[in-house]
Amino acid sequence: MASQNLQSVPAELSPEELELERAGQANFDRIISEDSRIEPRDWMPEAYRKTLLRQISQHAHSEIIGMQPEANWITRAPSLKRKAILMAKVQDEAGHGLYLYSAAETLGQSRDKMMEDLIAGKARYSSIFNYPAVSWADMGAIGWLVDGAAICNQVPLCRASYGPYGRAMVRICKEESFHQRQGFEILLELSNGTEAQKQMAQDAVNRWYAPALMMFGPPDDDSPNSKQSMAWNIKRFSNDELRSRFVGMMVEQVKVLGLTLPDDQIRFNEETKKWEHGPLDWEEFKNVLAGKGPCNAQRLERRREAHDDGAWVREAAAEYARKQAEKEHAA
Amino acid sequence: MTAPENTQNPQNAENNTDFAIEGHGDISVGVKGAGASGDGSASATRITPGNALRPEDIALEVRKGQVKPNEDVAEYALRLGDDGLILAQRLGHWISRAPELEEDVALGNIALDQLGHARSFLTYAGAAWDKSEDDLAYFRREHEFRSAHLFEQPNGDFAVTIARQFIVSYYQFELYKRLTGSSDQTIAAIAAKALKEVDYHRDHSAQWVLRLDGGTEESRRRIVRAFKLVWPYVEELFEDDELTARLAETGAGVQPSSLRADFDQLTGEILAEGGLDEELALERIPQSLGGGRQGKHSEHLGYLLAEMQVLAREHPGASW
Repeated sequence: MASQNLQSVPAELSPEELELERAGQANFDRIISEDSRIEPRDWMPEAYRKTLLRQISQHAHSEIIGMQPEANWITRAPSLKRKAILMAKVQDEAGHGLYLYSAAETLGQSRDKMMEDLIAGKARYSSIFNYPAVSWADMGAIGWLVDGAAICNQVPLCRASYGPYGRAMVRICKEESFHQRQGFEILLELSNGTEAQKQMAQDAVNRWYAPALMMFGPPDDDSPNSKQSMAWNIKRFSNDELRSRFVGMMVEQVKVLGLTLPDDQIRFNEETKKWEHGPLDWEEFKNVLAGKGPCNAQRLERRREAHDDGAWVREAAAEYARKQAEKEHAA
Repeated sequence: MTAPENTQNPQNAENNTDFAIEGHGDISVGVKGAGASGDGSASATRITPGNALRPEDIALEVRKGQVKPNEDVAEYALRLGDDGLILAQRLGHWISRAPELEEDVALGNIALDQLGHARSFLTYAGAAWDKSEDDLAYFRREHEFRSAHLFEQPNGDFAVTIARQFIVSYYQFELYKRLTGSSDQTIAAIAAKALKEVDYHRDHSAQWVLRLDGGTEESRRRIVRAFKLVWPYVEELFEDDELTARLAETGAGVQPSSLRADFDQLTGEILAEGGLDEELALERIPQSLGGGRQGKHSEHLGYLLAEMQVLAREHPGASW
């Protein structure tokens, strides 16, 4: 397999190969120092390739698993317009997964292998999708808070040093900003609706707020990989920096919604010029990441089921293509 | 000939061509001069032009009093809208469960198109009775729905969904093609937009019928079983009644029976590719009594509506 060829490093390198390595590393270092882009055929350090592959495939998996909590409401959407918007949104997420898997494939791993790792429970995806979407207002809160946090994280990724990733992120961010707006609009409509609707909206914001803040990852002093990613120009801002910016945006937007954030410790620190928030339950975060969230088993099982149930279809398509090629060859 | 008299009726143009395969539009794999007949750059994900007719535009025209269907046209639009709505509801379930991510996208697209057609037809129908699309979708009961039985058939496995979609797409294509010449301007406009989209649905389902037919033993077994399951609901699509007779007379609608010959020919060509037609012996499959157009449905519709309507009914009068 291509990935094995690309990733295996012979134990001993000949002088010529060593020279190539040195030249490759020099070229890589120059590109990074110029804040320019690495492309798939460029030489890159093995650790850089691995880090990116892990990050991009996790991102792709998050899009795919992230389809589930929202797909859960497609059949029950309370108006036809909302149903159409939600369908289009979940469909976009499948599209994002596809771009991202393609970007990851340029690093030498096949989509099939990534999918295998996901359903075998070997790969991670954003932990937030292990929470249940129990009310219609969750469609609003997910769009506003979860996609909002994703945008904060992802806009800087449009400048990531790896070309295919950065370019995929440009398109994804455009669609995500539409997603966030539709989430905001759902909440606004509910907030201005009946008392029961407003309560539904507030309840959803209360439940999704903390998990959304935790989407930025552990605090900086507990995030071992961040430093290297920043040196490689993959990551541009630290977890805490992005989280603080996000809180600052939400605190203003929630006023327009006529709702509140479930955090009475939000304040702007005049000295650091940063937004601060109340403590987050990192113990819960770690537990959910470790598979103890309310929906971990359900989400993976659903993906596994779709994959397994579809196996005969994929086999049929491959077999049909093979026969067609054979026919063409014979003709 | 019961199609409306109209010199621009594209059906006439179609009949003038010598190439039967032309009628399939663009099928990208397999059949005869595959792909040569259609637009080579055709893509299911092509962005809809900004000037395309939207349900909101129809609602606006209704509010301004610019359009209002007569009772017959409204009933007819209700039938077409219900077909699309019920199918969209079925297809929507596939999103996040399809055999490949590409199919999550494709089935989602088809569902969205069907929902879009439904919203336009229901908005227009509702204008006759001072009802919105949502009043009609969420606050009618089972016996008030006018969809044909095929649309409410369960998704089953991927083969059943494809077999159902194949029949629907070829039926809708023939229907909308003729309705672009409807004497009712709004019906004609909705049909014109829908026609382009349904053409892609034909391409998608025909491709999959060919693949499943000519793929593995397993896929062949499943697609045969699937067609046996859904074919009993074909006849109902082509049944004429008093309403369609009156509408064909005025040129606003068509007699469903007038679509049958073209439907049979085009679907027959695809099914004959791998010999599915012989194995299925379609003419011997007993046809269900139907009754959907009169509000008589199968057991499936109740569950479908229960799920679709539950939230809207919990909050009557609420805005979303």
